[in-house]
Amino acid sequence: MAVLRILFTRLRIEEKLLREAAERQQIPCELQNVTDVFYGGRNFCAPEDVALARCVSHYENESVASILESQGVRVVNSSRVAALCGNKLQTTLALGTAGIAQPEFRAAFTPKAALEASRELGFPVVYKPILGSWGRLLAKANDPEAAEAVLEHKSMMGAIHNVFYIQKYVEKGGHDVRAFVAGGLPICAINRTSPHWITNTARGASASNMPLDDDIRGVLMKVHGAIGGEFLAVDLFRVDGRWLVNEVNDGGEFRNSIEPTGTDIPGEVVRAAWEARPR
Amino acid sequence: MSKATCVVCEAQIALPDGCSEGELLVCTDCGAELEVVSLDPVAVEEAPQVQEDWGE
Repeated sequence: MAVLRILFTRLRIEEKLLREAAERQQIPCELQNVTDVFYGGRNFCAPEDVALARCVSHYENESVASILESQGVRVVNSSRVAALCGNKLQTTLALGTAGIAQPEFRAAFTPKAALEASRELGFPVVYKPILGSWGRLLAKANDPEAAEAVLEHKSMMGAIHNVFYIQKYVEKGGHDVRAFVAGGLPICAINRTSPHWITNTARGASASNMPLDDDIRGVLMKVHGAIGGEFLAVDLFRVDGRWLVNEVNDGGEFRNSIEPTGTDIPGEVVRAAWEARPR
Repeated sequence: MSKATCVVCEAQIALPDGCSEGELLVCTDCGAELEVVSLDPVAVEEAPQVQEDWGE
C-alpha cells in the first residue's frame, strides 16, 4: 500500500499540520525523521510511495530527494525544483528565461565587480546570499562606503558568498506578498507588513489576507510554469502597477498564513503530493 | 503525562500530547531550546543552532 512519507529533520508546526491534514483526508501517512538516516543501504521508501521532502536543511532536502529519485521514488518537490529554488541566482535565471518580471539584479564574482555592479544599479542595493532563508544575511547598502564593507566581509565568508547576488532595492511600501501555489494552482496569499525593510513573518512581520485576482493568478501560473513543483511559496512586490517576483521557495512555511486566508494550506499540499504518487 | 529533564537546568518539562521525536520544546525555567531525541525513554538534547542552509 502506498504511503505519503513526510521527511523531516526538525519537526516544525508545518510538518505536524501536514500529518493532521493527511489523516483528515484518510491518506496513509508517516512522519519520517531522517536526521540520522544514511543512504546506500536499505531503502526506506517503496516505489509506490510518495515522499514529501520537508527537511529544514536545503542541501539535505535536495540530496535526499535526489537519492530517493534514483531509487525510483516520487518526491515532492523534486530535487530539480529544490535545486532551482534553493539557489537565488538559478531561480532568477529560470524566471528571467520565462519572461517573468523581477527586481533588477546583477551577479558578480569579485568584490570589485560587485561594487561596480552596485553603482550601475544605483544605491540602495541589497546583497543576498544565493543560499539561505528567513531573511538571514541580507544586507542593504545605502551607499558605496557601506557596500565596500559588506562586500569585503562577504569575500571572507567562503566560496558560496563569493557569488555576489545584487538586487536593486525596491521601495515596497512596508509590505510584500507571499502567495502559495499547490498542485499547479494559486490557492491563497497574504500581505506581510513590517516597519523593517525585511518583511518576513519569521522576523516578526504581520500577515493579513490578500485576495487573489486574475493579475496575480496569471503571474503565479507563469512562475509555476518556469519552476514546476507541487507546492511553491512565492514572494512578490507590487511596484508601479505590476508584480515583481522576488523569491520562490520549495519548502514553504505556512503556519502564519492559514488563519488570515482561511485556506487549508496543509490540506492542499498533501492532496497535491498524494495526487503525484505513481499509479 | 511524560516528562523530560532539561539538559541545561535539570527542570522537569511536560511533553505535549502527541509529541514526536524531532519536536522542539522550550524549557519553561531557563528558556533553552530543546529537541526531543527519544520518547522511550524520554530524552532531550539542546536543539542544534540554525545552519546556513536552513529555511524554506
